[in-house]
Amino acid sequence: MPTEPVGQWWGIELVVTESPPMPDQQASTAGGSAGSTPPANDEALLAGLRRGDEDAFRALVDEYGPFLLRLALMHVPSRAIAEEVVQDTWLAVLNGIDRFEGRSSLRTWLASILLNTARTRGRRERRVLPFSFLTRRREEGRDEPAVDADRFQSVRDSHPGAWASPPAEWGSPEERLSTEEARRVLLEAIAELPVRQREVIALRDISGWSAEETRNALGLSETNQRVLLHRARSKVRAALERYFDEEGRSG
Amino acid sequence: MSTAEIQEIRCRELVELITDYLEGALAAPERARFERHIAGCDGCHAYLDQMRQTIGALGRLPPESLSADAQRKLLDAFRGWRDGSSG
Repeated sequence: MPTEPVGQWWGIELVVTESPPMPDQQASTAGGSAGSTPPANDEALLAGLRRGDEDAFRALVDEYGPFLLRLALMHVPSRAIAEEVVQDTWLAVLNGIDRFEGRSSLRTWLASILLNTARTRGRRERRVLPFSFLTRRREEGRDEPAVDADRFQSVRDSHPGAWASPPAEWGSPEERLSTEEARRVLLEAIAELPVRQREVIALRDISGWSAEETRNALGLSETNQRVLLHRARSKVRAALERYFDEEGRSG
Repeated sequence: MSTAEIQEIRCRELVELITDYLEGALAAPERARFERHIAGCDGCHAYLDQMRQTIGALGRLPPESLSADAQRKLLDAFRGWRDGSSG
């Protein structure tokens, strides 16, 4: 019996991916990660973990727990399930510790394990989602525009392709984007994304990973990573714009 | 520079190049065209700014933490693994 309501928007597109990312030890060029660098003492903590050192385990959970939970929350319908996914991930880490060769960063490895676990779990959970959600499956949508076509002038207008209703500057955006409500809008927009887009934007923009590390964790080509990121960011921006527009009208 | 040059990229095309631009994936001439357009177009300037604000807001989401109960279960699982695997 679920203790939390099944979100209206969770886990819907989990249908679309059937190919798990390749385990990234096999990614040939996992080498030095540019951009934000993972913590340096991973190796010491892993050595501790292999010896069964509880402090090392606690330290790793402190370091990566919040990141894993955030990622899990985006893929399953409730916090309770997300916590189970995180727990299953750590168990898989413990049981697979001898197979981790350190050719990729620890967090890349953790992310692939978590996403695999979450996908499997999400696939199971979606059986309990109402049918209408299942019909909403969308593909990655290479051709879907970043902005609705009707925001631009048409061929019959004076400047086809120029803005017909241009976006307005958001006044004091940092404050307005830090409210509880704005954060909810952000997370809902992400939850509505097709799963690959959601994974990419979560790693790149929420966790601040480099493009290279994200590609390695998800097994994506450079172009693919960028296209997915573009679709994802465009939709999240659009959701925020709608939110600010409504806020402007009501207040 | 001519008006025709500025209009080489239309707003509708520019919004699709935003991520390539921010990722540094545009070739130099395309990048120059992009920047010329942005400099002369309020709508696209606002759009780029909104995109940057969106990315910034995503990076500022507060961290999540495991419930005390989940942490306890996790430690139990660890001890079970340790005691099972190291005898």
